[in-house]
Amino acid sequence: MTMKMTIEQFQRAFAVAKKDLLIYFLKGPTIIFGLLLPSFLFVAFAIGRDLSVDFLIPGLLGMTLFFTTSAVGPVIAPWETRMRTFERLVSTPIALWGIILGDIIASFAFGLVITLIVLAVGVVLLGIQVITLHLLVGTGIAAFCFSSLGLVISSPPTSDPSQIMMLSTLIKFPLFLISGIFIPLTEMEGARVISFMSPLTYYVDLARFSVQETSYFSPSVNLAALAGFTILLCVTAISLHKKNLNRRF
Amino acid sequence: MNMVDVFDLTKVFNSLKAVDSISFTIKKREIFGLLGPNGAGKTTTIRMLTGILTPTTGSAVIGGYDIQKNPLQAKQLMGIVPEMANAYIDLSPLQNLLLMGELYGIKDKREKKARELLLLFGLHEKAHHKVRTLSRGMHQRVIVAMALMNDASILFLDEPTSGLDVESTRLIRDIIRRSKDNGISVLLTTHNISEADQLCDRIAIMNYGRIVAIERPERLKRVVESSTSIEVAFSEKVEKEELLFEDVNKIEQKGDKFRLYTDRPENVIPAVVAYADATQNKVISLNTLGPDLEDVFLRLTAGESNGSRNGNDDENDH
Repeated sequence: MTMKMTIEQFQRAFAVAKKDLLIYFLKGPTIIFGLLLPSFLFVAFAIGRDLSVDFLIPGLLGMTLFFTTSAVGPVIAPWETRMRTFERLVSTPIALWGIILGDIIASFAFGLVITLIVLAVGVVLLGIQVITLHLLVGTGIAAFCFSSLGLVISSPPTSDPSQIMMLSTLIKFPLFLISGIFIPLTEMEGARVISFMSPLTYYVDLARFSVQETSYFSPSVNLAALAGFTILLCVTAISLHKKNLNRRF
Repeated sequence: MNMVDVFDLTKVFNSLKAVDSISFTIKKREIFGLLGPNGAGKTTTIRMLTGILTPTTGSAVIGGYDIQKNPLQAKQLMGIVPEMANAYIDLSPLQNLLLMGELYGIKDKREKKARELLLLFGLHEKAHHKVRTLSRGMHQRVIVAMALMNDASILFLDEPTSGLDVESTRLIRDIIRRSKDNGISVLLTTHNISEADQLCDRIAIMNYGRIVAIERPERLKRVVESSTSIEVAFSEKVEKEELLFEDVNKIEQKGDKFRLYTDRPENVIPAVVAYADATQNKVISLNTLGPDLEDVFLRLTAGESNGSRNGNDDENDH
């Protein structure tokens, strides 16, 4: 593929992202799993417990970014398979990786906007200084990483969104529970090794460093781990969708 | 150069051979029809030609580009109307057309082209309504307009008029004819034999994944010349067996009409008139009918329908 064609493919991926933004952000599963669920979880976690705001904010950030960015991706592929619009997209001159990238960009944008709102509320209402360069860069990488996870989850060739949402819950909740949101990594002891398998772990650790100036890993290690997971999940999403493409129709 | 060259294209789903080693070409400015019953493999063929499905074996070249090796270049030349309606129902017709424009890399004249198509298809007043609020006919018009957005060199139209109202059907047929005048090739699949007869330069008849004939419609009709028939209706009730005159090969009753199949209509017509006189009955209508494409279709597909096929036989049109 020439450079010109590659640039065109990126432009077309943005067209797919724009379409996703117009269509999918008001769909029920996105609202429920992307906004309501993390809000309820956070309230349930925080109310009635004597936890400091410094401890709560990194968890809230991690939870918001994780659930919002990974909420849209799983909805798109089964929905479009059912509506036969995926077939329409595949028949146009955009490579499959361009379609997947478009979906990831849309999820990324959705998650990032919501998380930045949470961040702004934290700064303005609670007066907490959380914005550091590491956190900003980490939030961008993590948003891309969790969006790619959403696209990995949506790869089974079904036309039933509820099946993918069930799979999504099965994968996301264990990751969420082992990522140091409720219990800091330093206090996990034996279970700590398991937490290293979740990309969310590194983002929450990065956020703790920004707020509390203490973390298990250094910011550079967290950023590198997030970047590694992003590449791995993005490549996995594209290969799985490619492998399952014929079975969608 | 042909617009489409298909070589030994085969698609196997598990053990089922949906398309079995088909080959054909489509010339520039040609309307090529794919005719066949449900499950014949028409839609699978179109999906392979448009790069949606990967063939099990064989290849297809669209405008000089192999659909497997250079899919993006090949797809750039195509306009597609898939079998099932699939515009984005949460977007407006205008948004759907603009999206197609972006996906085909149309930059400067995207909106102008979209608005021209909306006007052509009588959709301009609904340009900003969501597609989900449009009628089926309007919805299908949006889909055909989407296929024309990129000034394609070849149109793949999978049952484009199926289930539509008369006005929409006529409009889409006019667009197909006009496309040919503008130098565009068309691959049309249809169940509607008269539509294929009216529109197509050549027709391939498919059955059980195989092409059983490719010819011009008039030549195909000659395949079954012996199916000339006389259609007659009487004023009074008549029993079918009474019309079994000499030279009548077969009789079919269709409502109050009888269709008498014969190789010698010049002998059967006087016999019908003589029968009416003798029984004091009146002939209300009498028509001599040549073989039509339906006869050809039934003749060519009948031999295969009792035969077996690899895998099970209850395949839907994939």
